Amino acid sequence: MSDQSAFAQDQPERRHALRIFLGTGVAASLASFLYPVLRYIIPPKTVEQTTGNVLAAHVGDLKPNTGKIFRFGNRPALLVLTADGKYHAISAVCTHLNCTVQYRSDLHAVWCACHNGMYTVDGANISGPPPRPLEEYDVILKGNDIYARRRENA
Amino acid sequence: MGVLHRVKNWLDERFGWHEIRAFIEHKTVPVHRYSYWYFLGGMTLFLFIIQVITGILLLLYYRPSTSEAYESVQYIMTQVPFGWLVRSIHSWSANLMIFTAVVHMFSVFFLKSYRKPRELTWLSGMLLLFIVLGFGFSGYLLPWNTLSFFATKVGTDIAGQMPVVGKWILVFLRGGEDVSGATLTRFFGFHVAVLPGIATTLIALHVLLVQRFGMSVPPSIEAEWEARPTERREIRFFPNFLLRELMAWYVALAILGGLAALKPWELGMKADAFAAAPPGIRPEWYFMFMFETLKFIPAKIAWFEGELLGILGFGAAFLAWTLVPFFDGGRRGRAQKLITGAGVFALAYIVVMTVYAYIAK
Repeated sequence: MSDQSAFAQDQPERRHALRIFLGTGVAASLASFLYPVLRYIIPPKTVEQTTGNVLAAHVGDLKPNTGKIFRFGNRPALLVLTADGKYHAISAVCTHLNCTVQYRSDLHAVWCACHNGMYTVDGANISGPPPRPLEEYDVILKGNDIYARRRENA
Repeated sequence: MGVLHRVKNWLDERFGWHEIRAFIEHKTVPVHRYSYWYFLGGMTLFLFIIQVITGILLLLYYRPSTSEAYESVQYIMTQVPFGWLVRSIHSWSANLMIFTAVVHMFSVFFLKSYRKPRELTWLSGMLLLFIVLGFGFSGYLLPWNTLSFFATKVGTDIAGQMPVVGKWILVFLRGGEDVSGATLTRFFGFHVAVLPGIATTLIALHVLLVQRFGMSVPPSIEAEWEARPTERREIRFFPNFLLRELMAWYVALAILGGLAALKPWELGMKADAFAAAPPGIRPEWYFMFMFETLKFIPAKIAWFEGELLGILGFGAAFLAWTLVPFFDGGRRGRAQKLITGAGVFALAYIVVMTVYAYIAK
């Protein structure tokens, strides 16, 4: 061991060069192991199928002053029939921390059970912790069917 | 010469068994009026061992998929002989383990056992506490019921609010943009493979460090002993301390058995990704104080999102708490009082917020 270090001291540049080669080699192999692992743990993106009309409910499914959760792509959305007979469709994913909201007939408002967030039926955040309004969708009535569609400019 | 004796000699020739024995026989533990707090670490270890055993038993029947997870836990609870007991013990022991770990942490904090040279013991302990909370969080989702589904949504969303890396962490934890079957598979993997590996390594390190430095004597006791050296008391680790520790383990086991038998852990309703969050949704009790705080923070504080500030605040507090041995640094007087004061405040805050959360609903 002492012979080797003495030898190394005689030829510092050579030792230095070897260190760089070895270091680069080890770093390169580590990177080549880690890169695929890092890529692997992030799943591939799934395509969202929410461009077109999504069937939310049929006319007559909802009584006035009630709401219903429906599938909007792979996320839940909320269809509300207000007491005055108007349909509203909004995203049901609370902008606060992702819980699924519901319509409260007693409050005439949309409510999140997780942290007591409150929205109007068109998605505006009115009280509690939610920082942003819920996305509002267009409601389209076709015969007996009620469709929801993402707004063009949204 | 009996077979047992020959085996002993055989091992002795190879591994020096008598040296290990001599070492164990010479190890001593200080005794004073706060000694009872020393049992909590061992109790946490005991509960961890119970978790490993019952966890392996649950693995024999549990199936980690959205279509089968809930049903398989239901099967364990209703069909498998003693399945209800194994699952209840696993759930109760998890909660007790978090409780004992937290009490252990506070006792170490107030008795100032983290002082030089035990900084790394404290750090490894804090890391273990985070791992234990990770166990709780990932295990909570595995039965795939409504409560755990929304708790996971909220919990992962909180992680996702972190600046810069938040989005990446969210996708990594959920296995996609939303909490889904992919999340369940991941959490299962974390819960039964990743975390146990890290935990076992850290526990070995933690115990080794405790062994290396011995048990800390609180500064007040140390001062008393220095003034009156005749009052210094120690007992042998083996068998005196170990037997007492075993009695503590029996007490823990009795509490555990009582809870599991009298209040079997509920399963709740199966999670439905397309149903509204039911009223009364809440995380496990050990996350309640943070959950309650987040309810109180307004949506906007100045031009920051209130949520983000709350999360960053907790993050900073946890970081400061973890690094406390480096603030303490053997200083006397004001700094010491400040640190103890901060500890009292933290404890009071956690207790008050948790109790309030359960009373106010």
